[in-house]
Amino acid sequence: MSNALIKGETGEWEIVIGLEVHAQCLSQSKLFSGASAVFGAAPNEHVSTVDAGFPGMLPVINGHCVSQAVKTGLGLNAKINLHSVFERKNYFYPDLPQGYQISQYQHPIVGEGEIEIDLPDGSTKVIGIERLHLEQDAGKSLHDQHPQKSFVDLNRSGNPLMEIVSKPDMRSADEAAAYVTKLRTILRYLGTCDGNMDEGSMRCDVNVSVRKPGDELGTRCEIKNVNSVRFVHQAIEHEARRQVEVIEGGGEIKQETRLFDTKSGTTRSMRSKEDAHDYRYFPDPDLLPLVLEQSFVDAINDNLPELPDAKKKRFIGDLGLTPYDAGVLVAEKERAYFYEFAVKGRDGKLVANWLLTELWGALNKAEKTLSESPVSAEQLGGLVGLISDNTISGRIAKDVFAEMFATGKDAAVIVDEKGLKQVTDTGAIEKVIDEVLAANPDKVAEYKGGKDKLFGFFVGQVMKQSGGKANPGIVNELLKKKL
Amino acid sequence: MSIDKNTVEKVARLARIRLEDDKAEQLAGDLNKILGMIAELNEVDTAGVEPMTGVIDMKLPEREDKITDGNNVDAVLLNAPEQTAGFFVVPKVVE
Repeated sequence: MSNALIKGETGEWEIVIGLEVHAQCLSQSKLFSGASAVFGAAPNEHVSTVDAGFPGMLPVINGHCVSQAVKTGLGLNAKINLHSVFERKNYFYPDLPQGYQISQYQHPIVGEGEIEIDLPDGSTKVIGIERLHLEQDAGKSLHDQHPQKSFVDLNRSGNPLMEIVSKPDMRSADEAAAYVTKLRTILRYLGTCDGNMDEGSMRCDVNVSVRKPGDELGTRCEIKNVNSVRFVHQAIEHEARRQVEVIEGGGEIKQETRLFDTKSGTTRSMRSKEDAHDYRYFPDPDLLPLVLEQSFVDAINDNLPELPDAKKKRFIGDLGLTPYDAGVLVAEKERAYFYEFAVKGRDGKLVANWLLTELWGALNKAEKTLSESPVSAEQLGGLVGLISDNTISGRIAKDVFAEMFATGKDAAVIVDEKGLKQVTDTGAIEKVIDEVLAANPDKVAEYKGGKDKLFGFFVGQVMKQSGGKANPGIVNELLKKKL
Repeated sequence: MSIDKNTVEKVARLARIRLEDDKAEQLAGDLNKILGMIAELNEVDTAGVEPMTGVIDMKLPEREDKITDGNNVDAVLLNAPEQTAGFFVVPKVVE
């Protein structure tokens, strides 16, 4: 399914997609200055004279950002380059006060790697990573505050970015969306980027070209700053169709940068001057090459957290979950951790069901996130424990859960207070069965006459009479005997 | 490598350096002389020699990840030709 071909007038076309993702490296301070790199401040408050490009100011690298880049590289199964070089990428723009961006070009800190993406039909595909390099972010220009002026805020200027470049391995908008989703999950597990696309912590540039299957790569267009998974999907669908129409109409695709308009869902040319991409990179004379020890890389590797794919395999293999449930649980770090905490000493499948149906449903209804859940992971585990050891039935458990969600009390406390303990005393259950049978002589006769389906009716009646507290297993067993 | 008038004009444009009309031709000549001199270095065999990045053998110094700077809007905006509400204000630049 993953090769979504476009039907044109001259036959089918294949889409080829590569992505450049800018992920802000999680850190307190900036890549080359001691100003805060945390989102949200009044204009130009998080700015040092380095970030504002004052003459004579020198950059000093943030060691933590180097560790974060290496950690991310390892999480992407990539080669770590022990020798990398910072270069200047030269261009003029009001929100780039230095007149150049400190980036890495010929010698990035991380080389080739790969990740596995999960597609909507349940299959997986390996996508190659070309490289990851460290670079500074630019400031932010606001163009809508004044008719003739632009306002510039340099708070973002100098923030540490990891630019992660994929190989052109994706063949559909679904694959690109799955890639961004997976990359975000991995970064969040690693704790190297918060993945918050609304705040701009992750931004994508999408390279799209089309070709007849089997042909050479076509000319690509780069769509800048596509800032949500949904927009990545939309932008690719639109851009690929546009290119097919241009080619089939006898035109040619120009290599260019395009903008995605979120309102119309279309892309348009940025009409840049042709030499705008002549960045004249050269090694930054203010920064020595970045040289790492293998022991430094090894130490980071030894402390990598368990990543989503490994976790998913373990959930399926050790805890008996379905691939679907395991996939849903590991998709968000918080969800996976909640589950792991709740499942300690409990039945894996049962905890997954309760988390993904009951708790999930209740949270959605209450418009709460998992971190705001009134029922803690431990409490959810406690409830499942009561079901597993037959203290309460699954039916009663739903009532207990509703009470837990409303009050935040432990399941055991609610069961005690309300006397909801399951009746496993065969004598007591037998008594109820006798009453039910005595009250329904006609149904008993029908059942004995061969109407097997009535068995369910009797079970239902007995459960009802016992207020739902009778153990369903024992009820079944005794009823069979009595009938 | 030889530099012509067009290349000089292009580099000047990229670097935002204004050239008087007759300057480009003259600069092309000057630059070619300089490049010719530097090209003599190509005669030295450097196979297997690591590029030298400094005369003192030292590592790239690193900082701890701590907030030690910022919260200094007035100083940052001091040289701004125009400012409003903490922003730098510049002629409209929009693509």
